[in-house]
Amino acid sequence: MASGVLVFGEATDDGGLNPVTKELIAAGSNLGGPVTCVLAGTGVEGLAQECVAAGAGKVIVVDDPILTPYQGDAYIPMAERITKEVDPSVLLMGQTMMGRDLAPRLAQRFSTAVAMDCMALSMDGDQLIAERPCYGGSARARYKINGTPQMATLRAKAVEPLAPDSSRQGEIVRQDAGVTADQVRTKITDRRKEKAEGVRLEDATVVISGGRGLGGPEGFKELEDLAEIMGGAVGASRAVCDLGWYPVPTQVGLTGKVVTPDLYIAVGISGASQHMAGISSVKNIVAINKDADANIFKASRFGVVGDWKEIFPAFKEKVRELKSA
Amino acid sequence: MPHIICLAKQVPDPETPAAQFKVDEAAKKVIPVPGIQPVPSQFDTIGVEAALRIKDDVADTIITIVSLGPDSNRDTIKHSLAMGADEGVHINDPAVNDSDHWATAETLAAAIKKLEPYDLIIAGRQAVDWDMGVVGTTIAEILDLPSVTIAKDVKMADGTVTVERVLLDGFETVEAPTPCVVTVSNELGEPRYPQLRQIMQAAKKEVKTWTIADLGIDTPQNRTTLEALFVPDTSIETEFIEGESAQEIGEKLAVRLNEEKLI
Repeated sequence: MASGVLVFGEATDDGGLNPVTKELIAAGSNLGGPVTCVLAGTGVEGLAQECVAAGAGKVIVVDDPILTPYQGDAYIPMAERITKEVDPSVLLMGQTMMGRDLAPRLAQRFSTAVAMDCMALSMDGDQLIAERPCYGGSARARYKINGTPQMATLRAKAVEPLAPDSSRQGEIVRQDAGVTADQVRTKITDRRKEKAEGVRLEDATVVISGGRGLGGPEGFKELEDLAEIMGGAVGASRAVCDLGWYPVPTQVGLTGKVVTPDLYIAVGISGASQHMAGISSVKNIVAINKDADANIFKASRFGVVGDWKEIFPAFKEKVRELKSA
Repeated sequence: MPHIICLAKQVPDPETPAAQFKVDEAAKKVIPVPGIQPVPSQFDTIGVEAALRIKDDVADTIITIVSLGPDSNRDTIKHSLAMGADEGVHINDPAVNDSDHWATAETLAAAIKKLEPYDLIIAGRQAVDWDMGVVGTTIAEILDLPSVTIAKDVKMADGTVTVERVLLDGFETVEAPTPCVVTVSNELGEPRYPQLRQIMQAAKKEVKTWTIADLGIDTPQNRTTLEALFVPDTSIETEFIEGESAQEIGEKLAVRLNEEKLI
């Protein structure tokens, strides 16, 4: 009889624990647990204790160079074997590049289904209820999964991690990946970062984003100035990334990044639902837009209707003055 | 000659104004807006563009469009044919037209098998209605093919597909042997728009219509139950900052944010 929750944690490229791991462990605990966490990659064993402190009852460490960087063909056999062994009722992953790729393939291996990009999870008896945005964030859907395990991927920051408690006890076991190179049909031949300087968008407490209303790529210089003054990061709408005005990794929205700053300043962004999906849990949105009917104002705590080119410099200088006072 | 299969879904127009977007909560369906026609899902059209760029280099490439859904889906197939694809397959069967993602993947996989041999299957990273993003990769698993997700560039030569994959903070180049599955993202660029002459030509291109019986499979079962569909209320009270001049408004905004301890 399947029971408990299996979560697939993740390490970051620089060897830390991807924060979504603790959120997955918390989500699993909230569903009733017990939570078993898989940590796969290279040099990940040192992160296992952090997972125990975050609420995992058991951590399965799979340390093997074949698992770094992520490739579906290498992960699938390992994930399938561990899932069979643990036999969980619920299986969770992050809505990350890994989760997007791995979750549907693993679900197919078990002839079950996965609800992707969930914002809320709950149990109705033994049944997982998975709530997720759809129609570009315009609607929400609630699903039940008619298979075992019941799978979901969780959007970043959708669930609060448990307070870390170093007195928590948990079992840490090591396993081999059990994957051979000939099972991996794909080959990564190159990998490169684009824009790594400054505050990470996902971690920033202030995000200033620009959209088509900026009028051109040069407008982002102003936004970068303010970001520097406020210690924040600059984001962009999908429209301007598609136009090549700003780098793709800065895209905020359904198909870009989900951000959760304390303050989000949207400049020249109309607020298409797919953009709003990336800022759905931000409490303080400031919108500057010349169109008084722009959708962005509906979700904004503060609004300014006007030409950003005239308003923004005065705003920026006043912020600089207040910050230095 | 190389054969590329592109999956194309038809969806309610995502540009539908927010005020007109309504859901029938009892039926758990989006209510069609009179006068707004369904459109090809944008990421799928980008997938057709990716296939056409390969065909631009290797002219004898054959591109087959596969679409599942009711009669109106023919328009989505015709759009892809007008862009430059060669032939279409329309799976139209009430038994599966309303399937969930998993039953859809099984039906499409059966159709793809019938279209063998093929070198590459291209799908959008997700359909812009349900945004689930699982059908392409699930088909890869059903057919036991390698897959690469969220591509911004796809090239095919000598039995190898080379994909630029979008990562959180950059890109990676991935090679996969043919046949394989690739899902594409908007970073690939704007799809070409059909010219009038191409639209006329497309009218003459063949579109086969298949039912579940033609695929030789039992009707695939849904693996999910949609319990509820609703429009969340996210609107909040907005404090509009006003003033005599842009200078005054800009400064006032900074002061208000400072008062709220937000800067």
